[in-house]
Order: sequence, then structure tokens, then C-alpha cells
Amino acid sequence: MTGRPPAPGRKLRRVRFASNAGFWLLAIPLALFIAFIVYLSGYLFRNGVSVLSWTFLTQAPAEGMTAGGIWPCIVGTVLVTFVSLVFSVPIGVFSAIYLAEYAPNNLLTRAIRSSVRSLAGVPSIVYGLFGVALFVSAMKLGLSILASGLTLGLMNLPWIIATAEEAISAIPGSFREGALALGATKWEAIRHNVLPYAFPGILTGILLALARTLGETAPILFTGVTYYTKQLPTSLSSKFMALPYHLFTLATQHDRILEVRPLAFGTAIVLLVFVLLFDAVAFVFRLRSAGSNKWQV
Amino acid sequence: MTQTKIAIDKLNLWFGDNHVLKDVTFGIPPNAVTAIMGPSGCGKSTLLRTINRMNDLILGTRVTGDIVIDGESIFADSTDVIDLRKRVGMVFQKPNPFPKSIYENIAFGPRIHKMGGRADIQQRVERALRAANLWDEVKDRLHDNAFSLSGGQQQRLCTARCLSVEPEILLLDEPASALDPNSTARLEELIRQLKKDYTVVIVTHNMQQAARASDWCAFLMLGEIVEFDRTGRIFTKPRDQRTEDFLSGRFG
Repeated sequence: MTGRPPAPGRKLRRVRFASNAGFWLLAIPLALFIAFIVYLSGYLFRNGVSVLSWTFLTQAPAEGMTAGGIWPCIVGTVLVTFVSLVFSVPIGVFSAIYLAEYAPNNLLTRAIRSSVRSLAGVPSIVYGLFGVALFVSAMKLGLSILASGLTLGLMNLPWIIATAEEAISAIPGSFREGALALGATKWEAIRHNVLPYAFPGILTGILLALARTLGETAPILFTGVTYYTKQLPTSLSSKFMALPYHLFTLATQHDRILEVRPLAFGTAIVLLVFVLLFDAVAFVFRLRSAGSNKWQV
Repeated sequence: MTQTKIAIDKLNLWFGDNHVLKDVTFGIPPNAVTAIMGPSGCGKSTLLRTINRMNDLILGTRVTGDIVIDGESIFADSTDVIDLRKRVGMVFQKPNPFPKSIYENIAFGPRIHKMGGRADIQQRVERALRAANLWDEVKDRLHDNAFSLSGGQQQRLCTARCLSVEPEILLLDEPASALDPNSTARLEELIRQLKKDYTVVIVTHNMQQAARASDWCAFLMLGEIVEFDRTGRIFTKPRDQRTEDFLSGRFG
């Protein structure tokens, strides 16, 4: 006897419905989120693309910031980010190595570890105020690239420590044990058999911190960024312009706000491209590290 | 009793409050395979890891008594634990190659101990791989990742890694427990070969393996040595009722 297979029973229909419902429940929010990102990028691009040009990237603002470009802001942002990393990367990575490999597992270590995690959640404006008190006033660095960079570095530090420690702890104990059993010293075991494999994870953390640093306004607001300066910074004690603050100025503080709106959008695009660029680099490293983590099967 | 390479004397070990090894006393002869067997959790691995002081790494470990290798206490102030671990190599229960190439796995030890230049290290790698019966299988792919090897090959690689720094003693911690019968047979064959040049101590909960591969056998139970004798004698005429029960499969 041939014919159609029997129709699914009630129970089976119900199971299928639940399964489909689950799929859509998860897929719809994701689709909405992607649509939002696409809309945002499109919106920025449509409004800002008219000002994007070589001149925009390489010239200083002109005619009361209604013309010209954002070169000083790019220079300022790059410098201040560089200072922050020079400060936070060595301290952060060494602290992470200490916490992961050397610190005794006691109450103090656990307290330090959880305060690092909490510090990573402190609002950036608080770091800004702290930077004023410590670097600008107490250490007499004045309003400067150095003070701003150090403030941003402080803000980065807990992020870098937390991600680096996680990357180091993820390396299997057998790599250390195998080296120690061969008569390696503890440092040799860490140096040759832990850090090389933790490196991609550590670097990912640094790049994500860097991407965040590029866009932060609050920590530099009181510590050295300036509304407008004709000259490029001449030393680390100069004041500077920065992309996120320039964007804030153009968007809310300018007296001809509508006229400069395209410049604001252009600045936003440049900032976003910077951040995306570093996120992309982080992404590539993550992929590569996932590929080489053959031991994590 | 014949000569003794490793003399273990009234060794007691605690992890915190847990008394793991109790008055362990016996002598391990040179150039022979000595098996330490016993049921799970009896302290076999702990005893083995005390011989190269790997237990130092575990917090809350306390030791009394002594282990003397060639007349020198391994717990003496003058003993350099780095040098001790170079002289007393260890192969772990689960093969633990480093995620480097086959060549780099073996070259690691000689390099950190600065045992000569490029050419010397190359020679050492070949010698170690030959001694571990692995050379013919890997000579054409020395620069492949060590994880591309089979489990049995990985375990022989780890053995070669130990041999590369020219130890006197080899500690094997259930080296075949993660291997299939075929790889196990090859590893046991290797162990029998190695005793010509090394003092071999192997921990196993598998009594057939102890019977096949060892010359001397210590039976450990609840942290105490029940019996230590020639393997042949232990398996044919055990002196202690508990040994007999274990061997006849009544527990373990």
C-alpha cells in the first residue's frame, strides 16, 4: 500500500512548535540588534560622508571650527592612547603573571582579584576626577597629555590585568608540570611554556582595552584635553585635542551647531573606524589563538 | 638484598591533615624496573612524586623521614631541586607533550640546561628519540606539532623528552593508563629496554602490567608498604594475606 506518511500526532506537533518558537525567540532579538547596527552605521555614513576627504584627515580645524579637518584630534588621541598603554601594559601584564602564577591562594589574593574586577566596572568619570587629584594636582603634571594618558592607563589597568590573568590561567597545568619535571625553574616554565601560549589572549585583552581608550572622553575631560588649540602638541606636557571630545564639542557646544553637524558625523566615522580597526586586529588574534589552542580539545 | 639506588626511609607525608604515606621504607635497586602497585588512592602517585619533589608544588604538604639517592638526601639543604629533577625524570599519567613541534619538545630540556650548541642539541634529540623507540616513526616529520602524534607515540615522546637531559632515574606514573593494548605493549617493551641504562620506577594499578614489566614490586595499601620483593616472588608466594587478596582480584 502506498500513500502519504501518516500526519504527525498532536504531541509531535506541539514539540515542533515549541522548537520553532525557541528559534524565533532567539533569532528575532539578534536580527533587531543587527538592524540597529546597520541603521546606525548607515545614518552616520549618510550624514558624514560629505566631509570625508584627505584634507579632513590632515588639516587643523579652521574658521571657528566650521571648516578644516581633525588632524590635531587624531594626533592627540593617538598620543594619549600610546601613553596610556606604555603605562598600563607592562604593569598590567606583570601583575597578571604574578596573580596567576606566584600569588599564594589566600584571602588577600582573592581580595585583590575581586577588587581588580570591581575597578574594571568603575565609571570612567570617576577615573577622571581621580586623575585630576593625583596626576594634575598632587604630582603637578598639569593639564597635559601625560596626565590624561596616565589617567586612561589607570582606567585600562584592571581590564588588562583581568584578561591577561584569565589567559594565563587557561594554560593547562601539565605544560608547567612537564617543564618543572625536566628541571626547569619556575620562571623558565612560565617564560617558555605558559606565556607564549597565553600571548594571543593577553594581546586580545590589550587591544580591547585600547579600543575603549580611544573613545573615552570623561577621563581626559579634566586632565588635559582642550576645546581648541592651534598647535600640535610639542611635548607630553602640552594640552591636546582628542577625537571623542572634539565630537562632543561639535555636537553640543558649538554656537553654529547645525552648520558643523556634518563635521561631527565625519569625526564620529573616523573614531568608529579607529575602534573597528583595533577590534578587527583583536578578532584576528582571537581566531589565530583558537586555531593554535589544539590542547583545549 | 642487592644494591640500592634510592633508599626510602620511614617516609611520612601529609597533605594538610590527610596522612597519605605512612612509614614507607624500602630500597629501589639500580638498573631494574621497580613497580609500585596498589588500589586507587593508596598513595602510589604521591610516593612517586615525592622522589623528584614534585609534591613541593602542592600547598600544605609536610614530609618526615628521608629519601636518599646515591647516598645523598633529597631533602637536604644542599640539594638543588632543579638538579634533582634533571637527574630524576618523570613521565606523567596523561601524555603531556608541549604544544610545540616534536623536535622542540625534545630540545626544550637540553636548551634550558644549556647542554651545548645547535649541533649537540640536534644529536641529543635524535639519541633521545631513538632510545624511546620513536625515531623511525617521526624522523621525517620532526617539525610537525607533537599533538599530531597518537596517544602511544605522545607517551613515548614524553619519555624521550625525559631522556634528553640524561637522567639516572625514570619515574613513570601509570604511563599506559590512557593507552590502547597495542601502544601499551610497545611502551612496556620500551620500559624493559630502558632498565639497561636507567633505574626505572613505575606506578601502576594494573597488576598484570606490574607482572610483565617489573623486576621488583612494592605493594602499597592505604599509604603503607604491605610487601616489597622480587616480582616473581610477590606474584607466586605473597607473604601477606592482603597482597594475596589484591592479586586474586578480591579488591582494587
